[in-house]
Amino acid sequence: MINLRDKGAEFWERSNRPVRVLTVFAIMAVVAALPYAGNTFLQTPVAAFDAVLVYPMGMFILMALGLNVVVGKSGMLDLGYVAFFAVGAYTMAILGTRTGLNTWEIMPIGIAAAMFAGVLLAIPTLRLRGDYLAIVTLGFGEIVRVSALNTEAIGGALGIAGVPFPPGLGFEYQLLDQKYFYWTILVMILLVIWVIRRLTVRRPGRAWESIRQDEDAAELMGVSTYKYKIWAFVFGAAIGGGAGVFYASRSMVIAPDNFTLNTSILILACVVFGGMGNIWGVIVGATILGYLPDRFRFLSDARLLLFGLVLVVFMNLRPEGILPRKKREKAIVKKGSGASL
Amino acid sequence: MRLELKDLHVHYGKIEAIKGISVVVNQGEIVTLIGANGAGKTTTLKTISGLRKVSSGQILFDGQDISTVPAHERVDLGISQAPEGRGIFPGMTVLENLEMGKFNRKDRKSEMDEDLDKVYTLFPRLKERASQAGGTLSGGEQQMLAIGRALMARPKVLLLDEPSMGLAPQMIANIFRIITEINKTGVTILLVEQNAQQALQRAHRAYILETGNVVKEAKASDLLNDPAVREAYLGTGAH
Repeated sequence: MINLRDKGAEFWERSNRPVRVLTVFAIMAVVAALPYAGNTFLQTPVAAFDAVLVYPMGMFILMALGLNVVVGKSGMLDLGYVAFFAVGAYTMAILGTRTGLNTWEIMPIGIAAAMFAGVLLAIPTLRLRGDYLAIVTLGFGEIVRVSALNTEAIGGALGIAGVPFPPGLGFEYQLLDQKYFYWTILVMILLVIWVIRRLTVRRPGRAWESIRQDEDAAELMGVSTYKYKIWAFVFGAAIGGGAGVFYASRSMVIAPDNFTLNTSILILACVVFGGMGNIWGVIVGATILGYLPDRFRFLSDARLLLFGLVLVVFMNLRPEGILPRKKREKAIVKKGSGASL
Repeated sequence: MRLELKDLHVHYGKIEAIKGISVVVNQGEIVTLIGANGAGKTTTLKTISGLRKVSSGQILFDGQDISTVPAHERVDLGISQAPEGRGIFPGMTVLENLEMGKFNRKDRKSEMDEDLDKVYTLFPRLKERASQAGGTLSGGEQQMLAIGRALMARPKVLLLDEPSMGLAPQMIANIFRIITEINKTGVTILLVEQNAQQALQRAHRAYILETGNVVKEAKASDLLNDPAVREAYLGTGAH
């Protein structure tokens, strides 16, 4: 199969600055115009298309980008990512309904709370590797959900209703026309992409990369692997928390049911499906996996079957995801195997 | 530079892998640890570089006990390791691998170029392969890369863990020749080997390890001619 990623990279390499700027603006224009494409073949049968663009699609992209830092870049399997999303969402819901603070004021608090949760989880667990880490993170995700479920002060199973919309910035956020929500989340996604790209070419990016490829060797090079793993975790948590704040503020109602293990798995599927480690792949993966279930909602429960089928077929055709990471990273060294020159 | 292990004990869980060894490495020497599988050679190196924790005993580096210093800070002190199985980063290019060797050093560009030149002079093959992924190199080239990468940190002492492992005889000879060359530039070397013949020919002094104990310490040339050693480790004893 053709490698779309390499084709894209090739085009980018060949292009000069004006062409690049033009391409970026063209793509941005198309993406920003999507809420107006509701009456085309893209229309989702039950939910309004502009709402689907915000959740699940936009939200999934945001979360998948965050999880990708942990799983794709640093190689730590986190199955409890939804916990950070939940912490952000509950921070918004609690502060939004009980204090006078608005969404934008709560945003940094929610992000900080998620980061704090990230540190709490990271410190005892990051000495573990691989499967063990996956199981502990899975447990953490469930602990957060079950704690919310059993804490009456934050609504228990009913959750929290009446979470306020974000205050408009010269426009009003509306329930029936969600394009402003969509554009806001686009800005958040762009911001996250920018930050991740800045970090990736700097020391943290190289440290994460080396940890993913060989943790012991990274330590021998002088990389403080423990510190950088915590950073990856906390950074991923911050993005999940930010997404959670926005999600709660848009949904008005949140309940523990919104934060099940399923969501963690789904976001991980977005990352793997799109192409672990490559942010463009992750975005494509989250877009498709966020969109498909709603597009085929008329199939009722059979849509999940179809969804599973798409996953299985695609992962067979493109085992490294739709847009895999750089090609040269595929080579795997077999330690000390066979005599060779 | 003086590296000294004093009555060092190391455990894996309840199993004692190193049972109180004492080893000295002096400035400018090539010292080798030889012994069979499971003797504790690799564990000893990993403990010096910090990947394994010390149960009791001391690791003295220039007289200072470094046994509680985390591994990533020992590089800054001047201890570099080319780990067992090479431990290169398969997805990074040769150049990126070499740059990783300087991760903690705030060197200027000129110093980086200078060190790259040194490594490329020792291993011209790495220069040819600079933009190739580490994982696509042959075993010998990967070993060169592992050693070259360790040198980028400007170590005082270089720890080499079985550099001959899995290599063809011609490449083994080549690697050992380069190890001597590196030593002549003033880098002290602690070499762990199963290939006792080559190691003893290149080293100044040697320690023989058996199940976590040092059973013999001598000049390498003496061991080469010791009938018992020849019998046990060189496979060329008197018949």
